[in-house]
Amino acid sequence: MDYFVNVTLTGLTQGMIYSAFALALVLIWRSTRIVNFAQGSMAAATTFIALALIQAGQSYWVALVVALASGFILGAIVERVIIRPVEGGPELNAVIVTLGLFVAIQASIAIIFGSSFQSFPTPFGVRGLEVGDTTIPLTPTSLYIIGSVLLVMGLLVALFRFTRVGLAMRASAFSQEVARLLGVKVGGMLTLGWGLAAVVGSLSGLLIAGGSFVWPAYMDALIVFGFVAAIIGGLDSPVGAIVGGLILGLALSYVSGYAPRGSALVNISALVILIVVLLVRPGGLFSSATARRA
Amino acid sequence: MSDLQSPASTGTAGKASSDAPVKATAGGDAPSAQAKSGRSFLPRSTLLRHLLVLAACAVLAVVVLEITSPFQNSQLATLTYYAIAAGGLTVLTGMNGQISLGHGALMAAGAYTTALFLDAEEPLPLPVILLAAIVVATAIGALVGVAAARLHGPYLAGATLALAVGLPGLAIYFHDTFGGEQGMRVRAPQAPEWFGSFIDAVSGNSASSTKWLAYVGAICLLITYFFLANLVRSRIGRTWRAVRDQEVAAELAGINLGAWRVLAFVVSAAAAGLAGGVLAIVVRLAAPSGFTIVLSLSLLTAIVIGGLGSLLGALLGSALLVFLPPFVTNLGGDFGLSQTEAAQLAPFVYGVVLIVVMIFVPAGFVGTIRLRWMTRKAKRAMAQAGADGASSRG
Repeated sequence: MDYFVNVTLTGLTQGMIYSAFALALVLIWRSTRIVNFAQGSMAAATTFIALALIQAGQSYWVALVVALASGFILGAIVERVIIRPVEGGPELNAVIVTLGLFVAIQASIAIIFGSSFQSFPTPFGVRGLEVGDTTIPLTPTSLYIIGSVLLVMGLLVALFRFTRVGLAMRASAFSQEVARLLGVKVGGMLTLGWGLAAVVGSLSGLLIAGGSFVWPAYMDALIVFGFVAAIIGGLDSPVGAIVGGLILGLALSYVSGYAPRGSALVNISALVILIVVLLVRPGGLFSSATARRA
Repeated sequence: MSDLQSPASTGTAGKASSDAPVKATAGGDAPSAQAKSGRSFLPRSTLLRHLLVLAACAVLAVVVLEITSPFQNSQLATLTYYAIAAGGLTVLTGMNGQISLGHGALMAAGAYTTALFLDAEEPLPLPVILLAAIVVATAIGALVGVAAARLHGPYLAGATLALAVGLPGLAIYFHDTFGGEQGMRVRAPQAPEWFGSFIDAVSGNSASSTKWLAYVGAICLLITYFFLANLVRSRIGRTWRAVRDQEVAAELAGINLGAWRVLAFVVSAAAAGLAGGVLAIVVRLAAPSGFTIVLSLSLLTAIVIGGLGSLLGALLGSALLVFLPPFVTNLGGDFGLSQTEAAQLAPFVYGVVLIVVMIFVPAGFVGTIRLRWMTRKAKRAMAQAGADGASSRG
């Protein structure tokens, strides 16, 4: 029983990180109809900035804030300079550009920060909490992960629901032409959207790095899982991204916890889950019924 | 956003060509160079024409392999398996419009099959083994293709990405059969005796094992491209393009979209399987580390830079994959980067080149040249028509 609870909690914590990453992908997909394959290496870049600060003697929290801010700037610059020319063009062109960005950023991290494994600190312990005599398998770190992801999601909901900027962003995602006619600066909103998405992506990168090792390609697995989570949920739906992330996190945790030598099966089970979901619902679980694609 | 796309267009010769350069797949759409030219000396039949080109390329391949050093021979062997896989991928992505980030995994299927068959006490003849590699990759490709046919754009990219990451993981899980992380050593097949006498007769060079493998790769490459070129110019190729460009119109014309998409995936998987087989015997190792996501992305880089949908473009792009990294690494060393830093320069350059090509010349190398050529021909035809009209009125 303890083991089951333990595996479930691990799955939930991992799932929260996948959800955050998937949410970043969904934010970008909703506003620009582009899947940002470079999300992972952008997050890795900001994690390495944070690591450099921590190694220079700054506290974890200063590094966190600087990393998130640099994520925002990086996302905004990428949208303005590299993505803008291919926005609204053929689907394939945009996919290839973000893939190129993915490879280029990852290589530049390796050139600047080196490609060796480095340990990344965590602000909280990784030992289980003690309630009375029993140790419950819930570590302060996983509480921190779950809490910060929930906080960021809450902030995003508040932004989109209750502010003028959020309204303008929703308008430009809904229909660029109409929003432009009504005086919304659509270009600025797209840049803002990419910046925000990069912040959420960076957060997931920092969270998964905590208490573990980082190297330039450490986000590769998260790209795949976050992407699978976003697609399971149906790229268009933020709720779907969160549910998809949690489903995937739990499922993969059970596979690696219960199947014999399950850790080697994690990647292939992500593929199986994805294929099964897409065969049943080609647009993902939370896709709304859409008009026929021309 | 269309205003930002227009500077890329060069043509003024009518609506169709003025927006064509924006499309990445423009390279494959032009008719083969000789097909429309009136005063060509080549035969009119596509099959005969391609056979002639095949013979010329075979002679060229022998010449190139004989005048180059053993090291360059092994580089060319590497080129052949990249080019075979890229050829299959360019048919899938350029002709049929399906993106695949999972061809590395299909190559892995071919490579492991080859390694397993060569591991036997009495290995079967090499062509049979490579055929088996093709069959296994084709079977996996058919399975994936059935799922892929229902997906499009990012969903397809995601599913194939998961394939690229997931399938090599199976080799680790069944480590008793596939050797786990270390992978399987591949016993390189011996060159037959006639090969030694053939090389001796042609150039007098020594027939090393490296040279034999380069020849095996070149033969596979030529056969693959011959098949693919014929396929692309046939009814099948035209149907694929119809499915890619206008789903609704194609469906109205009685084309079963799903079946044709699966067929494209299967053909492309077969090429990837053969490429994996050649890779296994050239590298002499089949290991999960050889089939990372980077391999799948490199193949995509090759076909995009060369020009999507063009076999010549796939070949040129693969050549870039083979010859650029040593060049860039040396350049990095000259600029005072350390060994490990310089090794990362090559992927950096890949990435930057991908972005730059997609933004400024999305039709790729071959596509851009073909479009220029067609635009000029169209302009000349219009000028001719204008002059004819003027003289007939006068």
